[in-house]
Amino acid sequence: MALASGRRPWTFYALSAFFALFVLFLYGPMISLLILSFQGPSGALDFPLRHPSFIWFRAIVHPTGNGDIIGAFSRSLPLALIVMMLTMLISVTAGFAFRRRFHGSALLFYLTIASLIAPGLVLSIGILVMFRFLGLPATWYGSALGAHLSWTLPFGLLIMFSVLGRLDPSYEEAAHDLGAGRWRTVRDVVLPIVLPGIIAVALFGFTLSYDEFPRTWLTAGTKNTLPLEIWTMLTNVTSPVLYALGTVTTGFSFFLIAVALGSIVLIRRRRSARR
Amino acid sequence: MSGKSSWIPYLQVTPLVLVLLLFFVVPIALVVIVSFFRYQMLTGLTPAFTFASYLDFLSNPTTWWLYFSTLKFTLIVLVLTFVIGFWIAYFLVFHVRSLIIAMGLFLVCTVPFWTSDIIRMIAWRPVLGREGLINDALVSSGVVSHPLSWLLYSNFSVILAYVYLDTLFMIVPIFNSMARIDRALLEVAVDAGASRWAAIRDIVLPLSKTGIALGALFVVTLVMGDFFVINVMSGGLAGSAMTGMANDLQVLNYPRAAANAVILLVIVLLIASGIFRLVDVRRELVR
Repeated sequence: MALASGRRPWTFYALSAFFALFVLFLYGPMISLLILSFQGPSGALDFPLRHPSFIWFRAIVHPTGNGDIIGAFSRSLPLALIVMMLTMLISVTAGFAFRRRFHGSALLFYLTIASLIAPGLVLSIGILVMFRFLGLPATWYGSALGAHLSWTLPFGLLIMFSVLGRLDPSYEEAAHDLGAGRWRTVRDVVLPIVLPGIIAVALFGFTLSYDEFPRTWLTAGTKNTLPLEIWTMLTNVTSPVLYALGTVTTGFSFFLIAVALGSIVLIRRRRSARR
Repeated sequence: MSGKSSWIPYLQVTPLVLVLLLFFVVPIALVVIVSFFRYQMLTGLTPAFTFASYLDFLSNPTTWWLYFSTLKFTLIVLVLTFVIGFWIAYFLVFHVRSLIIAMGLFLVCTVPFWTSDIIRMIAWRPVLGREGLINDALVSSGVVSHPLSWLLYSNFSVILAYVYLDTLFMIVPIFNSMARIDRALLEVAVDAGASRWAAIRDIVLPLSKTGIALGALFVVTLVMGDFFVINVMSGGLAGSAMTGMANDLQVLNYPRAAANAVILLVIVLLIASGIFRLVDVRRELVR
């Protein structure tokens, strides 16, 4: 055991090495993709890197038979933003409901879990059939949006459970006893505690939608989202433009993660400074 | 809470209920209904109540082979992700003394989760390919004379990709469970003469069972419901239970695809309810 003090046991070193290997396993391939996206015009998909250049990044913007990446992005971004907003609103309000007893709470809980574990393709078949029956076309802003919500809401709710589990009801009672109204209690007591969790819900909502493949495949209709476009490129394109695209989207994801984590840290710091 | 406000929770869950009804309950019900429809080439679907699609599906030997292969992959990936996830979480919670460093390392493990799965799979190409990094290193160091061909587009690369993509789903819940374990418990056990291994087996393992159950639930459903990792990483050579469904959809045989979907859904839900019977996940989550 690693106790509070004393010499480190040998297991510490063994597990440290194991952890380092795991991190290498996680990031190694991504780093090699990053390096090879600067491949020269020779266009080799493997190492070594020859005559480093930016030509494959330029190829993303000027599509020459590489598919419609800009168009796909212009659908994936608003879709992810809408899913993010809805996931935030719906899972935060529902999360608060679960702090009290209500009829059907167990059923709703298991329904949410079932929605989480149902295979994405199975669900997309159902959604596609439903839209056919209704005589509606499958679109990224209709059927795909709903398919994404069935996947992001369970995640949002699970995060809200863990956040609200830390919100002791006695804080609100104390605020009430001190004469705070309901709105003031929410603003000054509840919100500062749950805000980092809400940002986490937003990050999950955005990225899960932005990267989702199985639930979009059948439901997006005729216009591709970004993951669908990359999937098509996998079979058609055999140049490092795939790596360049991977570098750009990964960079975009890292930027979002940094913004989300940065704002969580900022909120925490401001809260502790006020005390 | 006062009785007057008791209708509020119902109002709060209404949006969630509506979305789940519209985009989960109704679609799944439709899949079940369509699986009993009649399918004929050229004419397409006719509403009916027939088990023809189920019989057609179950009498096909490929079905059994694909399901067997999917279960095999699921089991292997489950074991690997559990072993890796458990020790990574254990290291972070019990061996890293500074909380800030532990949280930082935890984030290092979780960041890839928020990036694209497809891109992360593509990233293995220059590593595992015939002229990839590993083969280059093996050949130039003289370990092998010819590049290994089973590194990419094989069962090996499929399992590797599953472990690569899904281990995070094990680490996060197990980490959460372990972080709640009172360290004093372990100190007492060690002081009382328990070996390090006994403390892990009798204290850490039982107390992190909720996390293990949740992680297993994630990994089982991700691997069983997958068709695109296996497609990309096996180069189209291997298939999953879902591959048959995707093929049926392309020839518009919706009833057989739906029958396959229903069977897979039943298997996944049976496994999930088995896990929930072993561990009361709900009581741990909603408190």
